[in-house]
Amino acid sequence: MEIALVLGVPLLGGLLLALVGHTRRAPEFNALMSLITLGAAALLTGRVIADGPITALEEQFFVDSFNMFLVALTAFVAFTTALFSRPYMRIEEHHGRVNSARLRLYHSMYQLFTFTMLLCLLSNNVGILWVAMEGATLTTVLLVSLYRTPASLEAAWKYFILCSVGIAQALFGVILLYFAAEKVLGPGGTALLWTHLHEVRNELEPTVLSLAFVFLLVGFGTKVGLVPLHNWLPDAHAEGPTPISAVLSGLLLNVALYAVIRSKVLVDGALQSNLSGALMMGFGLLSVVVAAFFLSRQKDIKRMFAYSSIEHMGLMTFAFGMGGPVAAFAGLLHMTVHSLTKSAIFFAVGHASQATGTQNMESIRGLIRQSPTIGWGLALGSLAILGMPPFGVFTSEFMVLTTAMHEHAWATPFLLVALGVAFAAIFGKVQPMVFGETTAQRLPHPPALVPVFVHLTIVLVLGLYIPPYLVDWYRQAAALIG
Amino acid sequence: MSQSLSGQLVNLLAAFLLLLAFEMLSQRRILTLIRLLAWQGAALAASTLIVAYSTGQTHLYFSAVLTLVLKVILIPWVLHRLIDQLHVRWDVETLINIPTTMLIGIGLVIFAFALAAPISEMASTITRSTLGIALASVLLSFLTMIVRRKAVPQVIGFLAMENGLFFAATSATYGMPLVVELGVALDVLVGTFIFGIFFFHIREQFDSLDIRHMEKLKED
Repeated sequence: MEIALVLGVPLLGGLLLALVGHTRRAPEFNALMSLITLGAAALLTGRVIADGPITALEEQFFVDSFNMFLVALTAFVAFTTALFSRPYMRIEEHHGRVNSARLRLYHSMYQLFTFTMLLCLLSNNVGILWVAMEGATLTTVLLVSLYRTPASLEAAWKYFILCSVGIAQALFGVILLYFAAEKVLGPGGTALLWTHLHEVRNELEPTVLSLAFVFLLVGFGTKVGLVPLHNWLPDAHAEGPTPISAVLSGLLLNVALYAVIRSKVLVDGALQSNLSGALMMGFGLLSVVVAAFFLSRQKDIKRMFAYSSIEHMGLMTFAFGMGGPVAAFAGLLHMTVHSLTKSAIFFAVGHASQATGTQNMESIRGLIRQSPTIGWGLALGSLAILGMPPFGVFTSEFMVLTTAMHEHAWATPFLLVALGVAFAAIFGKVQPMVFGETTAQRLPHPPALVPVFVHLTIVLVLGLYIPPYLVDWYRQAAALIG
Repeated sequence: MSQSLSGQLVNLLAAFLLLLAFEMLSQRRILTLIRLLAWQGAALAASTLIVAYSTGQTHLYFSAVLTLVLKVILIPWVLHRLIDQLHVRWDVETLINIPTTMLIGIGLVIFAFALAAPISEMASTITRSTLGIALASVLLSFLTMIVRRKAVPQVIGFLAMENGLFFAATSATYGMPLVVELGVALDVLVGTFIFGIFFFHIREQFDSLDIRHMEKLKED
């Protein structure tokens, strides 16, 4: 029932917003639908906490502590982003970058995009997960190309082609998985259900599964933005509307990583070796290091933070690759705090570039003079994402690093150097943007800054104190995937 | 129809599919590319039908009809209309010259067969020997996409890759569950329409680029 609500509301919202067209109240309606989705997700969370894992609709959907926290996080960030996009898109309309037809497309696709992400997370069927992931690509392609400038079209095209090709590899992985599972579970629908696959994972054919994992990792890894499959990511983040950059970074990358982790659990069961973990650690570490060095070369503010997302997704992939209760716990916590912090940063960045009329960092100066809240939001968000204590990112990064020192000491120098380089790059660029003589103008509509500070407060609280039930939740989830 | 006869027919169609993938790799005329794509869809539909008939897997009949409607009729028709409206007939830009591409393609086929060999041995389906061909045509379509610089052939390569994947699904396991196949088909269809919209936007935005390109052709 709750699952039907979580999925039904954004789907209905998307269709309604497409049909009704752009009324003056569409942004409010968009936020309202996201709020109802969040409410339904909260109900679902309550039920999972009370009753434990549940399956629904002939086992086509299922919820356990791992996907539940991602569903809650996705619904939450989707709601705050909808709140942010209301004034943001209004200012864009004021600047003449979008018209009412585009806004109609924007709001409708925003809801459908939320729907596809939630479907990915809640579906028990690997095939449906694939379909929903491709659906998420299709909706976001339309969103990235919203401004219809040559650059945004090019970015969207690149995103479309690379992610479709990537995800086609994942489909081959799914076919191989079905092939192996069908021998154990028999043909028909059940051979693609996570819950059934999980039960028989020790009996699955190792050769087939190791090949399947390579395809799944490359396929979904393209969507996670792992180096060297990351080429679409900075363009798509830089050229699309900022609320979309926020949900792409904060949510979609997580959802793709979720698919990789679920696959890893199956493969680990079948292989009884560390092949999948080693592959993930390799890709993860490469992403962290390469992204860190690319950070300092960026001129466009959204591109820079897009590279920072690659770095953090790499760190999470590395953590989940290491495995074990502590690393998995750290990975899950990092998923949460990265989503919240990165979306908060994009909120601030969006308004900052609206106020200065540019995304070029050299022309953005003295934000704090014209609008203290935008300036502080960017400054604090950057400190948080760089892993400064007492923010939550520090906690999770610290846990990843200490586990790495214990178990894979060779990797720590790479991680430390990369984190240091990233720190120098981002800190050095953000500091003059925030302080000094200002180039910012007053915005034509009041900016949305509540979401920024709500997110940053949660990240701060998570750094100081993680509530016991949340710890339990992460522990359970870590045990599922460790 | 006996098992061995249907098996041989599927093998024949698989060989045809591979041949078409190579043909697409070397083809420069967009109209021909679309026709090859439709032929590929027809081969896919026919082989699905044969497998359905000889194994009694009823859901495969449905899948065959879906392939026929979507990949032989609807998508090629949409592509035809698009290129008529866009007035693009030729695609002359390839990144690497055609003979080199063909050589790389042959390499890919060998690689695909090596990769698929251990899996094919485990398969108990009548079509098991075709898994290598399916993987090879996926990789060849992938190569087609990489070496083309123009939007339309890239999309055709993408659709051809989807054909290869469906063929892999029928060769390895008699097709995936129907709900998944329907979902994938829906994605492909929606994707094609979005591609179509994109062609117009791209032409609108990069108009000057196109004209310059044509002028360059005249100079040659």
